[in-house]
Amino acid sequence: MVASANTRLRLETVRLTALFGGQRAVHDVSLLFPANTVTAIIGPSGCGKSTMLRCLNRMHELTPGASVVGEVLLDDLNVYGDGINPIELRRRVGMVFQRPTPFPTMSIYDNVAAGLKVNGKRPQRDTDDAVSRALQQAALWDEVKDRLHTSALQLSGGQQQRLCIARAVAPQPEILLLDEPTASLDPAGTQRIEELCHALKRLYTIVIVTHNMQQAARVSDYTAFMYLGRLVEVGRTEDIFTKPKVEQTEAYITGRFG
Amino acid sequence: MTRAFRRHLYSRFMTVVVILFSFTAVLALVLILGDLVAKGASSIDWAFFTKSPVPAGQTGGGVANAIVGTAIIVGLAALIGVPIGVGAGMYLAEYGSGRLGFMVRFIADVLNGTPSIVIGIVGWTFLVKPMSKFSALAGSVSLAILMIPMLARTTEEMVRLVPHSLREAALALGYPRWRTSLKIVARTALGGIVTGCLVGIARIAGETAPLLFTALGNLNFSLSVGQPMQTLSLQIYVYATGPFDEWHRMAWASALVLMGLVLVISIAARWVTRQRYGSVR
Amino acid sequence: MTSLPNLPIEGIPSGRPSTETRWQSLLGADKSDRIYQRILTGFALALPAMILILFLVLLINALPAIKAFGAKFLVTSTWDPVAEVYGAAPMIFGTLASSLLALIIAVPLALSVAVLLTEFAPRSLRQPIAFLVELLAAIPSVVYGLWGVFVLIPFLRSYVVPPLKAVFGWLPIFQGVFYGNSLLAGGVILAIMIVPYIAAVSREVLLAVPGSQREAALAMGATRWEAVRSAVLPYGRAGLIGAVILGLGRALGETMAVTMVIGNRHDIGVSLFQPAYTMAAAIANEFSEATTSMYLSALFEVGLILFVLTVIVNAVARILIWRVARGTAVGSRAL
Repeated sequence: MVASANTRLRLETVRLTALFGGQRAVHDVSLLFPANTVTAIIGPSGCGKSTMLRCLNRMHELTPGASVVGEVLLDDLNVYGDGINPIELRRRVGMVFQRPTPFPTMSIYDNVAAGLKVNGKRPQRDTDDAVSRALQQAALWDEVKDRLHTSALQLSGGQQQRLCIARAVAPQPEILLLDEPTASLDPAGTQRIEELCHALKRLYTIVIVTHNMQQAARVSDYTAFMYLGRLVEVGRTEDIFTKPKVEQTEAYITGRFG
Repeated sequence: MTRAFRRHLYSRFMTVVVILFSFTAVLALVLILGDLVAKGASSIDWAFFTKSPVPAGQTGGGVANAIVGTAIIVGLAALIGVPIGVGAGMYLAEYGSGRLGFMVRFIADVLNGTPSIVIGIVGWTFLVKPMSKFSALAGSVSLAILMIPMLARTTEEMVRLVPHSLREAALALGYPRWRTSLKIVARTALGGIVTGCLVGIARIAGETAPLLFTALGNLNFSLSVGQPMQTLSLQIYVYATGPFDEWHRMAWASALVLMGLVLVISIAARWVTRQRYGSVR
Repeated sequence: MTSLPNLPIEGIPSGRPSTETRWQSLLGADKSDRIYQRILTGFALALPAMILILFLVLLINALPAIKAFGAKFLVTSTWDPVAEVYGAAPMIFGTLASSLLALIIAVPLALSVAVLLTEFAPRSLRQPIAFLVELLAAIPSVVYGLWGVFVLIPFLRSYVVPPLKAVFGWLPIFQGVFYGNSLLAGGVILAIMIVPYIAAVSREVLLAVPGSQREAALAMGATRWEAVRSAVLPYGRAGLIGAVILGLGRALGETMAVTMVIGNRHDIGVSLFQPAYTMAAAIANEFSEATTSMYLSALFEVGLILFVLTVIVNAVARILIWRVARGTAVGSRAL
């Protein structure tokens, strides 16, 4: 296929269905995530948004009995195709989870560098640079630069979550997936991470799952609303929140259910 | 007396009974340890640790051969048993949710209750009879067989304590399963795994039955793994069941030394996990 | 279902490599996980291999005796190496009798400790008491035997047997002369040895009982003891029975302490004061004396019976414990 000089990443799902055994959690979702934007996926509990996210980096299939039908395309390459190595895929896609999960036996430095070592040995200086760059991107550098080799567990909850973000971006992935990243944080911590999303979208394509509609409105460029596993509506965030086209979307946004 | 009063009185009474019974149980421990010290401490001197036994009926001599023998046999047993036991435990924790895992787990639990004398005579069949000689190695293998199911289960339990979220975080970074298992999961559970190994070592250090027909025992100082070797436990058995008062005195002293060794290892085991407080959430 | 138009967005032109080479690294498989799994499975298979080998070796070595004596082996009392006639009945009797006596003494003590540790003891005392009980389990069997010979037996002789004879001497189990090494001594020493095992497992079982059970009973006005007896103990009953059976399994296989105090005599007697024998003690005592191959084979058959017995008992115990404390390694530590 012809490649143009300015190829931007194209991430999309095509008729994606995700199952747990026989149960469908995500039903026939086709969604495009524009490059260098933040797309929020919102919806009530159990609507399949987290499952949807975990399909993007092939984490869903790690659950016993889970399976996927459909395609997830990275620049027209289906990551569910034959011969694709999911482990390599996950190195190119960063993920941050609901609760901060720093590796407890490692220092701050080692935590951030954790994703780098899997790609083979690098000279120490490269790793140092990568770690400091990642910590700066996660807005954590100033707070930890003097104690990089102390235990990661000594950080506060909000700091630990930013550490996880640094760890996720250190390998310079193209895509960053955030699964309710502020769910366990206080308002101050939440705000810092939301600010991060604005800064980071210059470098990465970000998909964020959130149950907090206001957060979606603050943080994202595009919003997709899911309900019972199906994609109900998607569009520019301002449009979704001010003039939703589908009645169900309006009902959710105005709080009539959820 | 109202009914309520009687019920409360009965409850108090049962509480006292429970406390009394518990006290009796612990009393035995206190008595045994006390006797060990009372009857054994006086016989312990430098010679006790550095000399080997003297001919029967004579006074003096020590248990140097037994102390060294215990160290060698237990060390060798650990060398064999720890990799297999911990490896089996890792299997159970990482891949053990299927039918094979169920069977292995069940067998491990059943093996943990198998009499050690039975393991001893099987060890004899394999490692002594064909060679026509007793050896420390045969003893070590028998002890290793005792250790393996023990370590498998403690390792599994410790590894299972590692939160699933840590595994997920590693996998999401693009870690293959083996790397997640070793570098993240096992490393996080390491304190607990080491504790389990130390507790297992403490247990086999005191074993006698599996060694009766494998390592046999040796009155002389020996470092050779292919020859019979003495351990503290075997020494105690010989001395305690012998006819000489001198031997009985030495038996108490040897028992005190053995108990001290077991205590030190057990305390070290607990100390390891106390140090690594933050390692498992 | 709407899909997004690919809108031009301000931002840095990516200047990244072309599509085909950008995702090149994603192609290809990863064998390393499969190898790891195979290696671990190999380690795990050591366990079924061990139990199979144990059983087969015992069986093969016991076959000559099995063929020679058949089922009579289990019920005959004659054990005559000279005439080459072997009957294991006294050993089997002694094993069961000493273990039963041990259970009768140990169960109330051990359950009390477990209940104390989970229900009644103040929090600060729980760890130290638990540690003391674990220490009891760490004492080697031969040390128990030593203590049994030089402390327990004299104690029984001076302070326990006379009162028992005085009050209960008319009972057949308390008749006869007490020389020291006896079924009684064996039972008592076994009791002390299995208390920590039963206590530790019972404690884990009781800890697995949800607190809501006890709280519901207390909320309805039950006394402390009533709450324990009616809400906690029944809930954990299967597990507690399993703990006791586990203790039984341990008692059946104990060797050193028993052989040092039980008397080692091939004899079935009703009295607790008589010397007796257990299967484990017999093997320990006579294995090195076994001069003929039939003698050896008979001892292997004793070992086989003991092995099968303990496997069954432990399997039953495990099943009961698993019902309450699902699949945990309860009781499978060195403790």
